[in-house]
Amino acid sequence: MSKSTLVSTTVNGDAVEFACPADESLMTALRDRVGLTGVKEGCGTGDCGACSISLDGRLVCSCIVLGVEAEGRSIETVEGLSQNGVLHPLQQNFIDHAALQCGICTPGFLVAAKALLDRNPNPDESEIRYALAGNLCRCTGYDKIVRAVQATAKDMRKKGRS
Amino acid sequence: MRYETPASAKEAAGLLKKEKGAAFLLAGGTDLLVKLKMGIVEPDLVVDIKRIPKISDIQSSAKGFTIGAAVSGAELGEHAGLKKAWPGVVEAANLIGSDQIQGRATLPGNLCNASPAADSVPALIAAGAKAVVVGPLKKRTVPVEKVMIGPGKTSLAKGELIEAITLPKAEPRSGDAYLRFTPRTEMDIAVVGIAISLKLERGVIKKARVVLGAVAPTAIVVAAAARAIVGSKLDDKALDKLAAACSAACNPIDDKRGTIEYRVRVAGVLAKRAAKIAFQRAGGSL
Ligand SMILES: Cc1cc2nc3c(=O)[nH]c(=O)nc-3n(C[C@H](O)[C@H](O)[C@H](O)COP(=O)(O)OP(=O)(O)OC[C@H]3O[C@@H](n4cnc5c(N)ncnc54)[C@H](O)[C@@H]3O)c2cc1C
Ligand code: FES
Ligand code: FES
Repeated sequence: MSKSTLVSTTVNGDAVEFACPADESLMTALRDRVGLTGVKEGCGTGDCGACSISLDGRLVCSCIVLGVEAEGRSIETVEGLSQNGVLHPLQQNFIDHAALQCGICTPGFLVAAKALLDRNPNPDESEIRYALAGNLCRCTGYDKIVRAVQATAKDMRKKGRS
Repeated sequence: MRYETPASAKEAAGLLKKEKGAAFLLAGGTDLLVKLKMGIVEPDLVVDIKRIPKISDIQSSAKGFTIGAAVSGAELGEHAGLKKAWPGVVEAANLIGSDQIQGRATLPGNLCNASPAADSVPALIAAGAKAVVVGPLKKRTVPVEKVMIGPGKTSLAKGELIEAITLPKAEPRSGDAYLRFTPRTEMDIAVVGIAISLKLERGVIKKARVVLGAVAPTAIVVAAAARAIVGSKLDDKALDKLAAACSAACNPIDDKRGTIEYRVRVAGVLAKRAAKIAFQRAGGSL
């Protein structure tokens, strides 16, 4: 066991400090030290995307980032999506389109889908499927997830215009 | 495990050299941290290069491009100038993993992880890329094809690391392309990868480099395949000769994702397709 290092970060807009050993993943630090259990562990090796977060604006798998790498960085997790108790349009559309069953993959899909829509407000179906290829879901068969993202893109474009 | 964030490549080299235990350089961590989590490696020291000034920059000059060792796949894909000059290199790098992996994966990491199936490596070799290698005492520049010497093995000495990858200036009427075949469309390992870079003169191929990945212990430069298309306008006869030379150069493994027979056959088929793309990118008409 390595000794712990103090890490100062910004998480969902707030200054957050945690102490973790050098070999601990950022996923584990966020879950067990910061208490953000929306960051899910599926595989732990970068394959499933359940642990997806945004790190300095880049989508990454937090299971293959070290906690100590986050020093001075800005992190966004699924917990940062809703604002003042109002769900993000992606979250609402996931519910409306029944895009989740067990839900373990959902936070990762939401974070990855948000990264896509931030970069491309009008993705076609194939762009959505490629952008979400790093997220695995064993329940839904993906179709409803794709529909929910398409519906969100449409809603957000409408809102952006009005 | 100790974690260090040196302020220069030379300091990083010194830390790696001095360490008595198992020391690893950390770039994007998409190979190293997977191995750490699976218990395949047990580092005593991890040296993270990402805090080194300029190591995340892409510089372009009259001579070409210098890509810092911490530049991620996503950043390569967002660089319009690089994409225009070396579309094959960028498309190969962008095939690595998912968007999440692209947010972190680097070219030197792909090269130094030394998998025979590494996607960016054939494209870098075809483009004539070089690795800028920094050691505790001196700096040297080596062609990318000299870095990987076998599965999991590189020619870098203890303490040496890659500071940047350089790409030459793309010549007029030149083009490159990379294609891979995987059983799944995304998130899979190449069964065959092929990179072709070529230059035209009055519509005829003047120079070419053909590099195969995933069909031998390292990426291989196939000189006979280049000879098969040089002097041609990429007619069917030249394409058949190219395919035959590529298939003949394969020395693949047999596994659940592709048999030897299959890999050999696919190498030829993909070579034809990649050559056509590179030819058209160079301004040639088929
Ligand atoms: C889910 C998933 C999907 C993937 N898909 C693909 C794929 O489709 N194609 C593919 O080719 N690869 C794939 N990979 C493998 C990996 O993402 C790539 O090899 C990537 O380019 C590694 O880069 P990195 O910066 O993350 O390397 P790291 O993990 O940081 O390093 C890899 C190795 O290289 C060494 N190293 C790193 N940088 C340097 C340097 N500058 N100088 C000297 N040594 C160095 C490290 O010490 C380590 O041993 C995948 C990985 C995952 C987890
Ligand atoms: S838990 Fe990180 S990708 Fe699966
Ligand atoms: S809803 Fe169960 S894994 Fe996706």
